[in-house]
Amino acid sequence: MEWSWDRIPAEFVVTNVMLCRGGTLAKGRGFLHVRKGRIEALGAGSPSHEGIPVLDAGGMVCAPGLVDLSVHFREPGNEEKETVATGSRAAAAGGYTAVVTMPDTDPAVDNSGMVRYMIDRGREAGLCRIFPTGAISPGRRGEAMTEFGDMVAAGAVGFTDDLNPVANGNLLGNALKYAGMLGVPIITHPEDQTISGRGVMHGGYWATRLGLAGMSRAAEDAALFRDIELARAAKGHLHVAHVSTKGAVAIIRRAKDEGVRVTAAATPHHFSLDHARCRDWSPLFKTNPPLREADDLAAIAEGLADGTIDAIATDHAPHTATEKEFQFDQAPFGVVGLETALAVGITYLVRTGLLDLGQLVACLSERPARALNLPAGRLEEGAEADFVLIDPERPWTVAARAFRSRSANSPYLGETLTGRAVATFLRGRLTWRDEDGAGAS
Amino acid sequence: MILRSKDVLGLEDLTAEEILGVIDIASRFRAVFDRPVRSVPIMRGRTVVNFFHEPSTRTRISFELAEKRLSADIVNFSTATSSLSKGETLRDTAENLAAMKIDMLVIRHSSAGAARYLANVLACSVINAGDGPHEHPTQGLLDIMTMRQRLGDLRGRKVTIIGDITHSRVARSNIWGLTKLGAEVTVCGPPTMVPSGLDRMGVRVEYDLMRAVADADVLNVLRIQLERHASRSFPSNREYHRMYGISTDVVKKLKPEAFIMHPGPMNRDVEIASEVADGPRQVILDQVANGVAVRMALIYLLSGGDPGALAPAAAQA
Repeated sequence: MEWSWDRIPAEFVVTNVMLCRGGTLAKGRGFLHVRKGRIEALGAGSPSHEGIPVLDAGGMVCAPGLVDLSVHFREPGNEEKETVATGSRAAAAGGYTAVVTMPDTDPAVDNSGMVRYMIDRGREAGLCRIFPTGAISPGRRGEAMTEFGDMVAAGAVGFTDDLNPVANGNLLGNALKYAGMLGVPIITHPEDQTISGRGVMHGGYWATRLGLAGMSRAAEDAALFRDIELARAAKGHLHVAHVSTKGAVAIIRRAKDEGVRVTAAATPHHFSLDHARCRDWSPLFKTNPPLREADDLAAIAEGLADGTIDAIATDHAPHTATEKEFQFDQAPFGVVGLETALAVGITYLVRTGLLDLGQLVACLSERPARALNLPAGRLEEGAEADFVLIDPERPWTVAARAFRSRSANSPYLGETLTGRAVATFLRGRLTWRDEDGAGAS
Repeated sequence: MILRSKDVLGLEDLTAEEILGVIDIASRFRAVFDRPVRSVPIMRGRTVVNFFHEPSTRTRISFELAEKRLSADIVNFSTATSSLSKGETLRDTAENLAAMKIDMLVIRHSSAGAARYLANVLACSVINAGDGPHEHPTQGLLDIMTMRQRLGDLRGRKVTIIGDITHSRVARSNIWGLTKLGAEVTVCGPPTMVPSGLDRMGVRVEYDLMRAVADADVLNVLRIQLERHASRSFPSNREYHRMYGISTDVVKKLKPEAFIMHPGPMNRDVEIASEVADGPRQVILDQVANGVAVRMALIYLLSGGDPGALAPAAAQA
């Protein structure tokens, strides 16, 4: 039988691929045999498969489907920015097959009904696995605990109040204990808002020069230190959603050495862009945590290389073009990331020699899945056939009109990046195909 | 052409030659003030919009006066009477203004970068009348003009800026302009009001007032925004005055010819003692007069006015 992209068969073999798993890119060509949505076999060489359709991947890299530990899909409440369906489309186009959604929708995901709603909407879209997190406190107000047990039973994979960090240490300590009992992490955005105040970018030379209020590293480091000490005392699992300072990398490294159960992620923008990018007051560079300095970027790359930082997570945060037309101090924080993360990783980490491709792929798939204990990101016999074919050499220019996301607030607009997901498969079904340059320009 | 750009957004963008060129033209306008008829009909038939998205009395009146003396048609437009309070974006406002075919926009806005944003989307000239804590170029120019009237060439002259540097657009415009002209700039204030990275802007930071002013030729004393600081950046007005206020005791320690500037409005007996504010060392009213002249010069030059058409100033430094 001939291979046809238009009708993906239930059983097929992908040949002529560079298998990438376990942090290592295979030296020679290999194959992947998919049957009824699962991986039947995989390995080196090209064994004969009589009568089974064969996709010749032409030497592409074959990696586990990517796993994002932090996305904001805005549904319900802000569907003008993103929905579960448009977010899933963006995820597939970026090579992702699983995402962890943040609970900061309106209303918030703070009960089991909302958890089920998110999972159902994800199934309807059918383009990637949705693993919802729930809010720590009702309405993310930081006053009391939500029904963790009920939400875990419904499918929640962790709890977070995200950009409303829980100020009450007693509540966060209890949340860590209680979530620990249920085997799920508490995810924090470490920020002491009494320190960061009205800051809108990293506090330093550029904030001073631009006349914008700064957020000091101390706001992140001090809050992180507290969160880690609470996790140590509670013997719970703390996951740090997005590390941005060199101090935070050092604090996490030490905590891990001391046996605290802490995992961490960093975003692509935090290892590729520094605070000087705010120089034209473009809100496309307004993020929280903010873009920092060269030594912070270097510390994050080092943290990813030595495993201090477990994963790259996009913190995909869509906003409308109108909102990103506001003045810098008035515009909302956040950038989209699903469709550029892989390319930013290849461009800024692999091509610079900071990581090899095997490590990068692990940071985007296996390591995040392991950090949050998700059934995803595995390229092995018997696993569900979630995988992505990557062309690591393909240059493409980021263009607003090409985004699958409903929003295009990317800090990389106009930039030429290298590397692209050319086809994404979820349970053996095609969810994305880059038809020879479509989407690239 | 004295100015290269269609806009004046900050002294960061101007060269030393541009700054001196504007001040030269301003000096010529300054001479007009002493005539019985103080207006020149250069801007007749042209429309200038004064768009003030933040309260301002002095700067707005100074701009209006400058525009009136050039015989421009003026439209004033402030937040309370505009649709910005109804959630209109700056872009929409800008496009409306553009559709009305105005010749020049003067903007004061609470957001840093707002003037540049409008300059990028509008074809007309834009003058920044203060954008958040970022820049206030006309204040910087009038400060420099005032200094040059007394000191001549500013190369090697020592200027000390005292107060809340963090939130001051006046400080930033002064720093850019003065360093371009070769002055040695020191900033002084409690560390809670001096932001990081200033050394990279080419200035010396000094927390001790007496050390900061000892060999200064000029003190530029900034207004303390009392409402912003309530008990966070300094303990009390009393202590601020004792440690950073320009008192008669401080004045006694200055070089004999050193003088004192203030952008106004003053908090008497906080950043500056009343006796000093009314005393012989201050040049505050000169600053106000120069402010009108500098704004006339910018409006004139941005409208394509010919520098050669104006009589040279008699005694220009």
